[in-house]
Amino acid sequence: MVSTPTVLEERLRALAGAVPDPELPVLTLAELGVLRGLHVTGPGRVEVELTPTYTGCPAVEAMSADIERVLHEHGQAEVSVRTVLSPAWSTDDITAEGRRKLEEFGIAPPRPTGPAAGGPIMVGLGIRCPHCGSTETTLLSRFSSTACKALRRCEACREPFDHFKEL
Amino acid sequence: MKSVPVTDTPAPAAEPRPATAALALGDDALVLSHRLGEWAGHAPVLEEEVALANIALDLLGQARTLLSLAGDEDELAYLREERAFRNTQLVEQPNGDFAHTIARQLYFSTYQHLLYGQLAAAEGPFAPLAGKAVKEVAYHRDHAEHWTLRLGDGTEESHARMQRGLDALWRYTGELFEPVEELPVDWSALREGWLSAVTAVVERATLTLPSGPQNGAWTAGAGRQGIHTEPFGRMLAEMQHLHRSHPGASW
Repeated sequence: MVSTPTVLEERLRALAGAVPDPELPVLTLAELGVLRGLHVTGPGRVEVELTPTYTGCPAVEAMSADIERVLHEHGQAEVSVRTVLSPAWSTDDITAEGRRKLEEFGIAPPRPTGPAAGGPIMVGLGIRCPHCGSTETTLLSRFSSTACKALRRCEACREPFDHFKEL
Repeated sequence: MKSVPVTDTPAPAAEPRPATAALALGDDALVLSHRLGEWAGHAPVLEEEVALANIALDLLGQARTLLSLAGDEDELAYLREERAFRNTQLVEQPNGDFAHTIARQLYFSTYQHLLYGQLAAAEGPFAPLAGKAVKEVAYHRDHAEHWTLRLGDGTEESHARMQRGLDALWRYTGELFEPVEELPVDWSALREGWLSAVTAVVERATLTLPSGPQNGAWTAGAGRQGIHTEPFGRMLAEMQHLHRSHPGASW
């Protein structure tokens, strides 16, 4: 059922897309690339498709609640948010603006993953310190404050920082 | 564990639910998730505490999706008896020391990564979850491989402990390759891929691949048939007691 979005759907999608990510509030859901679709299925009835970053990401529930609240506030009485897994979310789905904001926020953005999904994990090379810009950085831990980030340290300015891992 | 329903994976009503396979994969993920969660507050360094908890969280997310394919996730997790669980005996083994946990992680995450890779490439109800989870598990495997190298090629003490972990868990690895019905998996290719990957890491870590049998006489496929080792009952008691004491309670 692919159809051109109506003006109303576009307006509601912009509202849902502007909801901030609960974990990384500098990013919106649209910039994170997790909003998959929005369909008006009747008067005041909306269906939203959301994809999780990680299968176990606990933020999905907060995202759904926030989307429902915003759409309720804009006159939609019945909002249902569905989680879809396929195609799997990738860090390539983060927009250029999203990457810029991550870096500004002190999180090194993910590098492009390329076509080999499920291939070997890139390590080490070319992760730039979001504080001073040096590429002399080392991995401290593969898992940081959340599953989607790794903890690194800059060898130039000695500051630790999070790196949004490629997925 | 209630949350947003995942709607693109369940089979339509006309098809029977792939219950056997969903329970096997879901229980592996759930039980290992719980075991790794037991490290919270006990890991040797803060970074590892966080890493193991994050791996546990990934596995819990996978378990929820998989168990939802077989029925109600909460009922399945909290209200089944030991004999109804279909996880392999490997994942229920107690944590032991850190090296023991890393040996379990090496054996299991290598297996799960290759298994999900095959499932993601095949058609079927598990493809969406596997396609997503295979990317998460790649990091679990990477974590286990690096620690195996560090401990194996580390001090005399860490080397000895890592070897002990590999040896102690070896006899639970044969069960991983017992075919699970309904799964579109080439089991012998899985076994070969696993063995060559594990061998390569173990050798690079200056360790020795265990030489004993990969199955005890009585353990072939036992966990998948609901026969578990003694520590599993105690783990379940801890995992289930809150839910059973306060039915229907939520945060």
